[in-house]
Amino acid sequence: MSTVTTRRSAAILHRSSRPWGGLTFVLAALLALLVALPMQARAETMKIGIVTFLSGAAAGPFGIPGRNGAELTVDAINSGSLPSPYNTKGIGGANVEAVIIDEAGGTTKVVEEFRNLVQREHVDAVVGYISSGSCLAIAPVAEELKMLTVFFDCGTPRIFEDGNYKYVFRTSAHSTMDNVGAAHYVAKRFPKTRSYAGINQNYAWGQDSWRDFHLSMELLMPKAKVTTVQWPKLFAGQYSSEISALLVSNSNIVHSSLWDGDLESFVFQAGARGLAKRSKLVLTTGEANMFRMGAKMPNGVIIGARGPYGVLARDTALNRWFQKTYTDHYGTPPVYPSYQMAQAILGLKVAYDKTAQKMGGKFPTREQAIPNFEHLTYEAFGTTVNMALGNGHQAITETAYGQYHFDKAAGRATITNVERFPAECVNPPVGVKSEDWIKGGLKGAKCN
Amino acid sequence: MRADRSLLRVLVAFALLAAVGFALPDWAAFLLTLALAKGLVVLGLLVLWRTGLVSFGQALFYGTGGYAVGMLGLYLGVSDIVLLTVVATVLAAAVAALVGLLLARYRDIFFAMLSLAFSMILYGILVKTEALGSTDGFNVIQPTFFGYAPEGATMRLCIYLWTALLVVLAAFGVQRYLTSTMGNLAAAIRDNEIRVEYLGVSVVRVVWVKVIIAGALAGAGGAITAFAVGHVDPDAMTYWTVSGEFVFVTILSGTGNVIAPFVGALLFELIRSFAIQYSPYTWQMVLGTSLLLIILFLPNGLWSLVTRLGKQE
Amino acid sequence: MLTLVAILVDGLVYSSWLFIVAVGLTLIFGVMKILNVAHGSLYAFGAYTAATLIGVYFDAGWPPLGSFALLLVAAVVVGLVLGLVLERGLLRFMYGRDEVIIVLVTYAVFLILEDVILLVWGTSPYFAFQPYSLLDNTSIGVLSFANYDLAMIGFAVVLGAGLWWAIQRTRWGKLLLAVIHDREMAQAMGINVTLVFTITFILGAMLGALGGAVTAPEISVAPGIGVEVIVVAFAVVVIGGMGSIPGAAIGALIVGLIRAAAVHLLPQVELFVIYGVMTLVLAFRPQGLFSRAEARKI
Repeated sequence: MSTVTTRRSAAILHRSSRPWGGLTFVLAALLALLVALPMQARAETMKIGIVTFLSGAAAGPFGIPGRNGAELTVDAINSGSLPSPYNTKGIGGANVEAVIIDEAGGTTKVVEEFRNLVQREHVDAVVGYISSGSCLAIAPVAEELKMLTVFFDCGTPRIFEDGNYKYVFRTSAHSTMDNVGAAHYVAKRFPKTRSYAGINQNYAWGQDSWRDFHLSMELLMPKAKVTTVQWPKLFAGQYSSEISALLVSNSNIVHSSLWDGDLESFVFQAGARGLAKRSKLVLTTGEANMFRMGAKMPNGVIIGARGPYGVLARDTALNRWFQKTYTDHYGTPPVYPSYQMAQAILGLKVAYDKTAQKMGGKFPTREQAIPNFEHLTYEAFGTTVNMALGNGHQAITETAYGQYHFDKAAGRATITNVERFPAECVNPPVGVKSEDWIKGGLKGAKCN
Repeated sequence: MRADRSLLRVLVAFALLAAVGFALPDWAAFLLTLALAKGLVVLGLLVLWRTGLVSFGQALFYGTGGYAVGMLGLYLGVSDIVLLTVVATVLAAAVAALVGLLLARYRDIFFAMLSLAFSMILYGILVKTEALGSTDGFNVIQPTFFGYAPEGATMRLCIYLWTALLVVLAAFGVQRYLTSTMGNLAAAIRDNEIRVEYLGVSVVRVVWVKVIIAGALAGAGGAITAFAVGHVDPDAMTYWTVSGEFVFVTILSGTGNVIAPFVGALLFELIRSFAIQYSPYTWQMVLGTSLLLIILFLPNGLWSLVTRLGKQE
Repeated sequence: MLTLVAILVDGLVYSSWLFIVAVGLTLIFGVMKILNVAHGSLYAFGAYTAATLIGVYFDAGWPPLGSFALLLVAAVVVGLVLGLVLERGLLRFMYGRDEVIIVLVTYAVFLILEDVILLVWGTSPYFAFQPYSLLDNTSIGVLSFANYDLAMIGFAVVLGAGLWWAIQRTRWGKLLLAVIHDREMAQAMGINVTLVFTITFILGAMLGALGGAVTAPEISVAPGIGVEVIVVAFAVVVIGGMGSIPGAAIGALIVGLIRAAAVHLLPQVELFVIYGVMTLVLAFRPQGLFSRAEARKI
């Protein structure tokens, strides 16, 4: 069918081609190439597109741990070696095949590659996306192409607060939780806080994080005052001036949503110049870096994992399996992006398995599986995931914060003074936008 | 007589492009839409290049076009594709006219650096604008066609056809311009400005017009990209690497012909897309190597291949 | 008062860093008229090599002070190897082509090297913090500054003065000036321009790698660190006047001090400082602060 069309259009090109010389040739050749691409034959496999950063600054801390989480989970699903109750082989009975591609290169490219995954590679589902910009851009496209898409890491609450999607899911909580949780931790553990400062990268993630933290602090600790708010460029690397400004401000608390390279550079320079002794650092993504930094991360720093993942995860059979298998395989413990990725793929499995079971073991279509994914509650590796918001498409989870402790004798990084906050305490109730929720005084929050 | 023939040529060219759009699978038609949009921007760079100028800040106008489309939809609810494209193009041209007052006085690497500086200021402003989602950007509403609001694949096809029409018109318009007196001055300015001044022509004025043309084309390209992708954000629309990519495609295509930018842009998109798919860890290396090979072995860009083939026939 | 001290010291520290990072770029442009986009990759290679060497060095337990020499070794090795490969293997075939084509060639090199870095060092970051911690802190009131940062100021001054002396006072420098002033004339006078180009490029590459090497102990050496540096170094060089070493110093000072003032007094505008200054300078003095306008050729 498609070859016929090629020939026909090539013929059209040819008839009027005299004055166009070689151009016709080039166009016809390209066209033939495009259409002649192999159409994938499908047997009993479920093809999942995995999109995560494989290059650029976000690859090391998020992209690669995410990819590892995906590989591990897909392998375990195919061999049926996940702990009970997930020890059935495959997803909805089908063997899983993963196609991994790079998220780097900007949203235009990301959207193009998403379309290619769906229309050229004919995947059955897409799991991925770390950048909030990617998620915002992909959501309407997924809806247009009717492609089941599960976001695993991106943070912005805007996806399901500004939009309404049938095919799009996010199995981790959005970033509001991280910063409301951080404020709760400070209020609970450091009630004497009188002043706080912030250092966040000058882009959407940093701006949102600071706004949520700042608004929550105004509610939870009305007596504390803001001293200085620093906005270094993304990937600045050099923080000497900012650290001076923070030192001069002499604040009790310094909030930061910096991540990876930037976070490590900042923590290291701040530690060396005694900022960590003067002010308590609150690092909302600190967990992803703790094993790499070891003794270079000052003890007592408050760290989060964007949910109860990694060292902050619940001690369950699933978690022990994940920790052990991951560490055996990759030589380092899993961090929160690994958990989030595994949890996203697991969500697909639970929804598909449930549907297949209802249908007598037949591999379900996306449309059949989606109602079983909506409002789903399932036990994942770190905690319980509850698809409560966005008409059952956006997860809420509990969250946890703790203080970093490096045991010099054992050479091991651990966490102490852990506080857990229930999902309903740190996430907005159904139908309320995060920003309105915080500005309106965190109404409806159920904290213990 | 002459006008009649070019009208015919426009129609034939449009029919050809449209036919391609119907024949291609969906993903390839989308890729082609983006390639044509990029080709429009590169067409503007071609106009500058003929004068010996290279802009490393074309993303300023590209971003203006894209954000104009996004913001008109967001704040005023405008969705008509013709109106949006026209406004975006005019706005980009206006911005070009403004910064062009300064830019037109510079040459060589200074022209390149100043244009870069301007585009990075727009980038900075957008990053600081939280109402527009900062670096996350925001979704662009779906365009309508004189009240007709198609869905899914039909929508893609309509956007493609509109793009094809714009591309054909732009290519013929630029072709006309390049063969006009103003256009022909380009090579003369490139060779020796002072001699051109002695002819009684204001070089600054000629360059200023070229900056505006290039800006308008970039604005149209940005508008189409915004329709096609359905999302705008500063990193994808105004960062310096975006401008760098446009210059990349200019070199890849060669500046011998107004069709070259579109073929070059298509090839660029194809190389990148397949490199990402089949070599996910080294796709930048594939791109860089292709660029090097072309500079080394095809100094006049890919278009020189076509010229050679044409001669053989 | 404290803030004023902080602005001054922070400004000088940042200026020194900018100067070290940008000086190689301006040297190569001055002599060869090549705007080297791959400068950022050289920076990254320098940083990675330094981090790797320092890791090995401290694992072996050799005297810690020697690690400073290692930073220089890293820069020299990277500059020599990459500089030689790039200039002899690629760039020399491009001389005589359009300036912008050569910019694109270096852009291609940058793309390739970005992936080479990933292939060689992977995506996990490297640390080389030991030299930074070795030097301890200096306190001024509640403020404490890392001595490593303060040492950077001295190092930048020595580097700048050394380069100035080499160019103005040595035979080799005079040859260089002749080539900068008029390449064809210099060739006619019997100067081996090819050799001057090769040496200049290697030197420029070493300086680029040096920027990365001295930064490595302060940061987490991770993929993508070269990208930001390119734009920053370009801006400094453009402000000072492309190809001028004193210009690079002044450009670095202006940007560094204004940025430090912004961080302490008005953190919101930090993002705009560098491009704002660049646009202003270009608008009023297109050749940059320290570059002579070229004679119009009729």
